[in-house]
Amino acid sequence: MMRLELVKRPQRSMLFSALSPFIAFVLTIIAGAILFALLGVNPLKAFQIYFIEPISQVWQLHELAIKAAPLILIGVGLSVCYRANIWNIGAEGQFILGGIVGSSIPVLFPQFEGPLVLPLMLLFGMIGGAAYAAIPALLKTRFNTNEILTSLMLVYVAQLFLDWLVRGPWRDPKGFNFPQTIQFNDSAILPELMPASGRANWGFVFALVAAVLVWILMSRMLKGFEVRVLGSSPRAGRFAGFGINRMVFFAFMLSGALAGLAGISEVSGAIGQLQPVISPGYGFTAIIVAFLGRLNPLGIVAAGLVLALTYLGGEAVQSALGISDKVARVFQGMLLFFVLGCDTLIHYRIRLIGFAAPKLESAPKLEEAR
Amino acid sequence: MSANQDGATLLEVRGLTKTFGTLTACDHVDLNVAKGEIHALLGENGAGKSTLVKMLFGTLEPNSGEIFWNGQAVTITNPGFAKKLGIGMVFQHFSLFEALTAAENIALSLDDGSPISTIAAKARALSYSYGLPLDPQSLVGDLSVGERQRIEIIRCLLQTPQLIILDEPTSVLTPQEADKLFETLERLRSEGKSILYISHRLEEVKRICDRATVLRHGKVVGHCNPRKETAASLARMMVGNDVQAVVRAPAQGIETAQPLLEIRALSRKPATPFSIPLRNINLTVRAGEVIGIAGVAGNGQGEFFESVSGEAPQQDAASVRIRGKDAGGLSITGRRLMGAAFVPEERLGHGAAPRMKLSENLLLSRHATDGKVFVGAGGMVKSDAIYAAAQRIIKAMDVRKSAPDPEAAALSGGNLQKFIVGRELDRRPSVMVVNQPTWGVDAGAAAHIRQTLIELARSGSAVLVISQDLDELFEISDAIAVMHNGELSKPLPIAEATFEKVGLLMGGAEPGHAEHALETS
Repeated sequence: MMRLELVKRPQRSMLFSALSPFIAFVLTIIAGAILFALLGVNPLKAFQIYFIEPISQVWQLHELAIKAAPLILIGVGLSVCYRANIWNIGAEGQFILGGIVGSSIPVLFPQFEGPLVLPLMLLFGMIGGAAYAAIPALLKTRFNTNEILTSLMLVYVAQLFLDWLVRGPWRDPKGFNFPQTIQFNDSAILPELMPASGRANWGFVFALVAAVLVWILMSRMLKGFEVRVLGSSPRAGRFAGFGINRMVFFAFMLSGALAGLAGISEVSGAIGQLQPVISPGYGFTAIIVAFLGRLNPLGIVAAGLVLALTYLGGEAVQSALGISDKVARVFQGMLLFFVLGCDTLIHYRIRLIGFAAPKLESAPKLEEAR
Repeated sequence: MSANQDGATLLEVRGLTKTFGTLTACDHVDLNVAKGEIHALLGENGAGKSTLVKMLFGTLEPNSGEIFWNGQAVTITNPGFAKKLGIGMVFQHFSLFEALTAAENIALSLDDGSPISTIAAKARALSYSYGLPLDPQSLVGDLSVGERQRIEIIRCLLQTPQLIILDEPTSVLTPQEADKLFETLERLRSEGKSILYISHRLEEVKRICDRATVLRHGKVVGHCNPRKETAASLARMMVGNDVQAVVRAPAQGIETAQPLLEIRALSRKPATPFSIPLRNINLTVRAGEVIGIAGVAGNGQGEFFESVSGEAPQQDAASVRIRGKDAGGLSITGRRLMGAAFVPEERLGHGAAPRMKLSENLLLSRHATDGKVFVGAGGMVKSDAIYAAAQRIIKAMDVRKSAPDPEAAALSGGNLQKFIVGRELDRRPSVMVVNQPTWGVDAGAAAHIRQTLIELARSGSAVLVISQDLDELFEISDAIAVMHNGELSKPLPIAEATFEKVGLLMGGAEPGHAEHALETS
């Protein structure tokens, strides 16, 4: 008889903690090769189309950055929430509200131009996202509601609110009744980084800066310590004098502000006006990004790029090989699976135990309660 | 007289070894337990007693070594198998559901599908025949800790074990309840059952145990007959050298000293259905004195600690006063800034965050009081400073660890407690409130912690110690008050306090009427 046992390692290896996502990526490639082979496609060719071609030209790298920026911005904010053991599932809604509140300036004051416009819009976007995220925080601290449900439900409220705005009060009067606002004026457009080579805008820079700042916050600052203590052992946090209610507001509003910034960057950068739908589900995908990056802001940068690539690759294999772009979902799933597996093996090691059959009849199950 | 000295061997352990990483928790341990004896397993914290017992009960698997049961080699792979063999265990921390009745709790562990009413009847009969009266229909949440232990013992006896392992059984009992337990154990011995008795209380080991096996650093350092040893010689075997006796210089002029901690008419409503309300508690701790609060666990000590520490602030600001100023409305941080320090009972998850390094755990209670030293401009943590301070505490308290700055959970309970107490002492607080300072801590370290608490008081601080260990309280306190059902008795000056008086108060004699109760009992 043999049995497997997970034994906790006394100390985790820092090296392998850092390598974990890369190992997971290699394992995903191997599993993906098998997948493509079973689909009757030459795996090498498929990989080239999936992973290499979408980033083989400079303009395509720009597309990657455009897709990755909101994922990273939102994921970094969510990582703070999740480290604090606070479950903000409503980043999609905070993204939308950030887009709406930030857009209020160019939509309501189209004559207002100049260098102040854009910073104000970004600020408004962050305030909008943070304020919207404060609603589930208030409900949780005041009425002890479950923040998973309230934040998720507020996503649908935000989506419908945006839909109503662009069809109703904010509709472009000269827009042939299309459900959209006026085109923003030039000073309300987020500039492109290198217009000569592609479309990537400053949103990607915001994402990188946010990742570095949050990394410093979490690993070097007392506030980050507070987040980690309250998230891992709330009673010890209370003993330390950290307030759990203040933390709920802090985590929700920080992640809401970053989601709002992502929202207004997307609207003023990639789109240039408000439409009924401004996000292909960035707020939800960012949850996967946060966990794939193992709640580490720097890991989230890498995870955001990888997830952005799986989207581009999925579109590429669909057009080039006729394989369903659902294959992107499979890759995302495998990636998440392998990274969680690697993380488990960093914390635990597997012991294979062979033992002689007990002399007396052994009880059928382990008594874990003890 | 040691009963059945030449009785047949029931359990024999040869060369049992268990390693965790680089740490050898049990190193070629030999043990044999005869039929019909009470065998003591003595050792400091971290000596490997728990590891050994867990291997015997099948919750840990040995790396090498053999276990013989009635002369036959066995591999104990899980607790269910241990129970089948006839090994029963009563844990130090009870595993009972408070919202269920005693009988339901017993039924859960028996796992044989017999109806609750049958189990209740059996449990009742068994409990009365062993002098451990128990109402199987009562809710566990309503029972005292002593009664809960009875459930654990009855649950164990219902499986008709031949060997019963008891882990620190008297740590939750009043002296009177402990006497009752000893009668039961002697009764079990007379029926030919064997008992493996784990304890650090040397007096009771001398009183009821026939033989003792002493462990130190995972190795067996001796087998002896405890009745022929003195408490000091047993302690020497456990620790490896003489345990420094705690020295308590008589406190001078305490009556006139400044009150540093005053508790005035403190009451608190129960926060959960199973917590104890506090009723009109009054207490003054003056500069230079140690006041002990005795009481059976679960009589409101935890609630009291939370109220004093400020984890649960009060409505009435005057109900807790620190150094002559109202502190009742302040948070724990505010009270720390007034010069108070706190050590809670639970180490992992309350006094320390388990998955964090010791240096980070230092920051846990001192980020505000030592803000200038540990936290720099803009809220940046000075990791060099906290690392250095943590190393200083580790050295001062002789904390033993496997890495320079390990996670709190990687330390043994006693070593972590040394760190947590040291973390607060390092601040030289003027008010120190400690809940169970040496619970589960080895003799050497416990003596060290007690001595430092006395010295802190004598240097002009007020020290309040909540403890279930009466020996400890008598060793360090200048006066002892007793908490029962959320009420606190008047402090008895140590010169007037006796085990009997305190024990009766612990059992619920009316506060202030201990003398009377003693006469009528």
